[in-house]
Amino acid sequence: MIGALMDDFLIRAALAGLGVALAAAPLGCFVVWRRMAYFGDATAHASILGVALALAFGISIFAGALVVALAMALAVSTLSGRGVAMDTLLGVLAHSALAFGLVAVSFLQGVRIDLMGYLFGDILAVGKTDLAVIWGGAILVVGLLAWRWQALLTATLSPDLAQASGIDPRREQLGLTLALAVVVAVAIKVVGVLLIAAMLIIPAAAARPLAGTPERMAAVAIGLAALAALAGVEGSFVLDTPTGPTIVCVAALIFALTSGAAALGRAVARR
Amino acid sequence: MSLVKTRGLGVRIGRNRILDHVDFAIERGEIVTIVGPNGSGKSTLLRALIGAVTPSEGEITRAPGLRIGYVPQRLHIDPTLPMTVGRFLSLPRRQPAAEVRAALDAAGLPDLAKRQMADLSGGQFQRVLLARALMEKPDLLILDEATQGLDQPGSAAFYRRIEEVRREMGCAVLMVSHELHVVMSASDRVICLNGHVCCEGQPEHVAQAEEYRALFGSGTQGALALYRHDHDHEHEHDHAGCAGGHDQHGHGHEQEHQYGATR
Repeated sequence: MIGALMDDFLIRAALAGLGVALAAAPLGCFVVWRRMAYFGDATAHASILGVALALAFGISIFAGALVVALAMALAVSTLSGRGVAMDTLLGVLAHSALAFGLVAVSFLQGVRIDLMGYLFGDILAVGKTDLAVIWGGAILVVGLLAWRWQALLTATLSPDLAQASGIDPRREQLGLTLALAVVVAVAIKVVGVLLIAAMLIIPAAAARPLAGTPERMAAVAIGLAALAALAGVEGSFVLDTPTGPTIVCVAALIFALTSGAAALGRAVARR
Repeated sequence: MSLVKTRGLGVRIGRNRILDHVDFAIERGEIVTIVGPNGSGKSTLLRALIGAVTPSEGEITRAPGLRIGYVPQRLHIDPTLPMTVGRFLSLPRRQPAAEVRAALDAAGLPDLAKRQMADLSGGQFQRVLLARALMEKPDLLILDEATQGLDQPGSAAFYRRIEEVRREMGCAVLMVSHELHVVMSASDRVICLNGHVCCEGQPEHVAQAEEYRALFGSGTQGALALYRHDHDHEHEHDHAGCAGGHDQHGHGHEQEHQYGATR
């Protein structure tokens, strides 16, 4: 009886991890190719403010996080076209959004909030509704990326090249921005606000040495992210460690493995 | 009808006026070269024509359904983005493998489909950029200093290829260059730009024009051979453009080089 129950929540956790991996990995490739890593961070950190607002107004955490992440992503996206020093601006926005979020949460009375759950995720507490939201968001993001793939790639290579072929690079950028906000909102429960950017960037970076084309890189990134999610859930259960950070640790080990192997391969080829 | 036409085109970037009252048109099958010093707005004009820069004054008219093939000045591919030559040729639209192979053969680069873009030489890279621009059979091929970084034989070969392309595909070619002698020899028409159109006409005509000499000095005249190709069609527009319109020495360099500001 207890065994069946445990299986159940472990299976839900594994499915939630897989859903996030499916969406975050290919989107993460674009984040890496376009050098938007800090952008992902800013969006993710802002979402804790969304969590606070959602708790205050009694709306769903997902909706609150989505709205604030979206607002942040749009703000940064708009400002980036204006020649503001981007890394400074993102540093200011990311950390102040996080700080305001944390302060806002502390104002909430009555319900005692497990802040750690939002900062580092609480994948073992994922319910059936959460699972539906995660997979709904993941399918939406993957669908968008698949639909716009060619245009997104062209705009990533060069906005002018895209423009000359009648593709509006700003529209494609907006699509990525929206996808980023969705991934942030669905990943909060799984890896938490602080580690979402890791799920975007690490699988993509780990896939790079194994890929010769953009499509292959995205596919390998999905595979590696799924592996990290499953091994992370299992590992955290066995070792009794927090699940979100464990998933990220596994992803980091995979990254070390693939880039180490690639460096070794280059050294051998040179001799 | 012209493929692209501008009337009174003006572009400002920030407080800098990059282009001012540019009237420009290019017809089917024509080779037009834009010359001008650094910061004269050449690249900005091209980027306005493809729609990447919004004009602050005037208008741009494109022929309906116009297909543009664009070869940028340079293309930086981020090292995190794996990209084979074959895959690159399939952007922005998927191309059948046979088409990709044919395009590489025509570009004189067979067997390179699986090579990473990052591993190409400068000359090969430019040829691949050109091959990609030609994949969709453009009506207008636009090249922005496409031979920058190539040596003399390399750029001569590149321009021969462009003339070949024009002959085979009949597309119009609009290019920008510093390399006046090489470029001018292949052009039907040369436009000398310095924020505004200083003068325009057939290559010999422009080379003689005072406005042109004021910008580039007359030193180029004797040292570099200017020859003209005979093309098998006539052009009805024989511009007497250099004669007037602008005062002779209005070529102050108040414009900054626009790339510093945009990136």
